[in-house]
Amino acid sequence: MGDRSVSDRLKDFEEVDMGLSQEEAIEEASRCLQCKKPGCVDGCPVNIDIPAFIALIANGDFIGAASSIREQNLLPAICGRVCPQETQCEELCILGKKETPIRIGQLERFAADQERNKGLTVPARKPKTGKRVAVIGSGPAGIVAAGELAKDGHDVVLFESLHTPGGVLTYGIPSFRLPKDVVKAEIDLILAMGVDLKLNHLVGRTVSPDELEGFDAVLLGTGAGLPYFMGIPGENLSGVYSANEFLTRVNLMHAERFPEYDTPIARLSRVVVVGGGNVAMDAARTARRMGAKVTLVYRRREEDLPARAAEVHHAKEEGVEIFTCANPVKILGEQSVTGIECIRMKMCQLDNGGRPVPEPVEGDTFTLDCDIVILAIGQGPNPVLVSQIKGVEKGRAGNVVTGEDGRTSHPKIFAAGDVTTGAATVILAMGGAKQAARSITAMFGN
Amino acid sequence: MYIIEKSLKLSENVYEIWVNAPHVTRNAKAGQFVIIRTDEKGERIPLTISCISGDLVRIIFMAVGKTTHALAAIPAGGSISDIAGPLGTPSEIKQYGTCVLVGGGVGIASTPVIAKALKEAGNRVIGILGARNANFLILEDEMAEICDELLIATDDGSKGHHGFAADLLKKKIDEEQVNAVWIIGPTIMMKVTSNATRDKGIKTFVSLNPIMVDGTGMCGSCRCVVGGKTKFACVDGPEFDAHEVDFDNLMQRQRYYMEHEKEALSTWQEHQCTCGRHE
Ligand SMILES: Cc1cc2nc3c(=O)[nH]c(=O)nc-3n(C[C@H](O)[C@H](O)[C@H](O)COP(=O)(O)OP(=O)(O)OC[C@H]3O[C@@H](n4cnc5c(N)ncnc54)[C@H](O)[C@@H]3O)c2cc1C
Ligand SMILES: Cc1cc2nc3c(=O)[nH]c(=O)nc-3n(C[C@H](O)[C@H](O)[C@H](O)COP(=O)(O)OP(=O)(O)OC[C@H]3O[C@@H](n4cnc5c(N)ncnc54)[C@H](O)[C@@H]3O)c2cc1C
Ligand code: SF4
Ligand code: FES
Repeated sequence: MGDRSVSDRLKDFEEVDMGLSQEEAIEEASRCLQCKKPGCVDGCPVNIDIPAFIALIANGDFIGAASSIREQNLLPAICGRVCPQETQCEELCILGKKETPIRIGQLERFAADQERNKGLTVPARKPKTGKRVAVIGSGPAGIVAAGELAKDGHDVVLFESLHTPGGVLTYGIPSFRLPKDVVKAEIDLILAMGVDLKLNHLVGRTVSPDELEGFDAVLLGTGAGLPYFMGIPGENLSGVYSANEFLTRVNLMHAERFPEYDTPIARLSRVVVVGGGNVAMDAARTARRMGAKVTLVYRRREEDLPARAAEVHHAKEEGVEIFTCANPVKILGEQSVTGIECIRMKMCQLDNGGRPVPEPVEGDTFTLDCDIVILAIGQGPNPVLVSQIKGVEKGRAGNVVTGEDGRTSHPKIFAAGDVTTGAATVILAMGGAKQAARSITAMFGN
Repeated sequence: MYIIEKSLKLSENVYEIWVNAPHVTRNAKAGQFVIIRTDEKGERIPLTISCISGDLVRIIFMAVGKTTHALAAIPAGGSISDIAGPLGTPSEIKQYGTCVLVGGGVGIASTPVIAKALKEAGNRVIGILGARNANFLILEDEMAEICDELLIATDDGSKGHHGFAADLLKKKIDEEQVNAVWIIGPTIMMKVTSNATRDKGIKTFVSLNPIMVDGTGMCGSCRCVVGGKTKFACVDGPEFDAHEVDFDNLMQRQRYYMEHEKEALSTWQEHQCTCGRHE
């Protein structure tokens, strides 16, 4: 069914991509070659049996397709929407060599949406083991770990510091990409397995590290929610937001509906977003929906933008102006922001990742007038809990070091998601959480 | 849902509530705060933990805007949808010798928990409470009981010293050896009062109140400049070394939503109105 028109979607926060109709889904699924050695599965971080679920869709068994996906992925409606399929399954689809790859993400989303509309059934649990596990953080890592551990029969307490579960799925990714009723339905299904969710609990403050010792195992899924700032003059002026603050005010607190909702947000007219990832695109597109003129400033070239190509495309369609090879050096203003001074960057030799190293061109600066600056330059692991936990090895960025099995250097403590990898993806958080849950159950010996 | 077990009015616009929140009381320490949300459409606002008794948290607040007015209007037995905490880094409690706690206005609410903890750590504790007039003076009896000495100042002289708490602090540090000072009140009062201890190099803490959202260190709304560095008051603070704080930056950031705040309050008051003309 494709994307809604730009003029329509700028008026609201409803989903942009309308997904596939039944006919479209069957037609797309029928293109699949059902490869004996499917490349797509190799590209999937959780190894979904992709040809199997596609075959079920082609046969019109949509619910069967969804159940098939669920064997590997507890959040299919979410992953179908936000996974970077173009660098995972779809990149390795054999059809991509000659024509266009199968739209695997769209098909995953389609099956999951069909299933949700019919009503989800709560997965069965194994008999109780009597073991108690504390899962900390209710983002994709924590939610999936809690679900897997509950399935294995353990008693799971899921701690979340905010008043709503979901982590970035709830407070970060805007509803025009990921509707909040979709998130809620998938989370509620996992909670319905008997997970004891404790909201408003900041572990490390509400619950002490010593109290965690009372559990048979602990899984850290606290994410990478600490926003980085640039350390440039003017950064603490009013009107400078981290992308996290800006998106949280809107997605979690509904500041776009002030004064119906109490949380305020600046009245935006000219916004400069700094950064080039998904977070920057989300902030820019959110600001467009609030009526602002939006310019995005990124230090490398357009082809180096780390955001998904589809998001860059959507942002441009929606009128976000993208300034590449430029970096802010100073935010201007007396009390609140009036502009931002940037310096042009030249691209030098390639780094290990094949991207050019940007270097400032001395003296070549320019100023953009604006009243809001949103910094989306990256995030690190939240240190509140991690810094207090003893016996767990940490990396340079303050991340928790784990093996592939989710074990840390502490025998009873496991970790998964962004707290281990630094800011990454939903599917990697999920995959890590499954591994860690499996290791916990193995440790209990059942 | 968390029940408000008790709710009373202390003075004009100042209220005291006791919220049933065992998860908060279990580990709460001096100098920490909570974040509450009254209802599904509410804002998350930070309020200091002013006393703990069993499962109950005492909060003392001034009705200044929409959320605090709405909170004051909830009767005993009513409830709020969320209370998260304890949040923030606790006060640095140790044996200093003689400590002075200066509370200004509703900032007095924060002083009893800290005073008690300092007392238990073996300090001599002197309280100085300042208010606009005698009617706005809160927690006088409670502080008198905890402190070794309690001094009062009112702007209009209706009780105690006629003038500011800062005058009493200056006098005190001239009279005797003071080893540590806490100053908690409106930002401008903390800025001015902390100058009294600067030259003598007396360790002085202030409790900052920037605008917060999550209170868990993930948004940076609460960032303050301390010793030239950016700090997140919700996790690194709210207490900081007074002589290192950039108060002007804090005051500028606090004012950012003033227009919104007026609008939120007047919208709310219209809906509270019973004249029947609205809605
Ligand atoms: C704006 C934005 C857009 C993104 N877009 C995409 C995308 O399109 N596709 C994609 O794959 N990925 C995307 N990502 C990345 C993806 O969302 C993350 O990789 C993923 O959410 C990580 O999951 P997590 O469970 O590890 O952490 P999080 O989702 O960060 O969840 C951590 C949770 O733990 C809670 N918590 C933290 N500390 C504590 C504590 N001490 N006690 C209790 N609770 C605590 C937090 O409140 C939070 O709810 C995006 C990220 C952002 C910010
Ligand atoms: C750590 C901390 C502890 C605090 N403890 C107390 C206390 O014990 N008693 C008390 O009366 N007040 C306390 N405050 C201040 C209290 O949070 C504000 O008065 C309250 O948020 C006002 O909300 P409102 O909607 O009623 O008013 P608004 O009309 O929204 O605002 C009025 C004033 O409150 C400030 N404010 C508004 N929203 C916020 C927010 N989300 N976070 C912080 N400040 C905000 C504004 O700068 C403004 O000056 C504390 C603040 C902090 C940061
Ligand atoms: S690689 Fe492409 S064609 Fe082959 S099974 Fe996977 S989706 Fe189908
Ligand atoms: S209030 Fe969000 S980081 Fe402090």
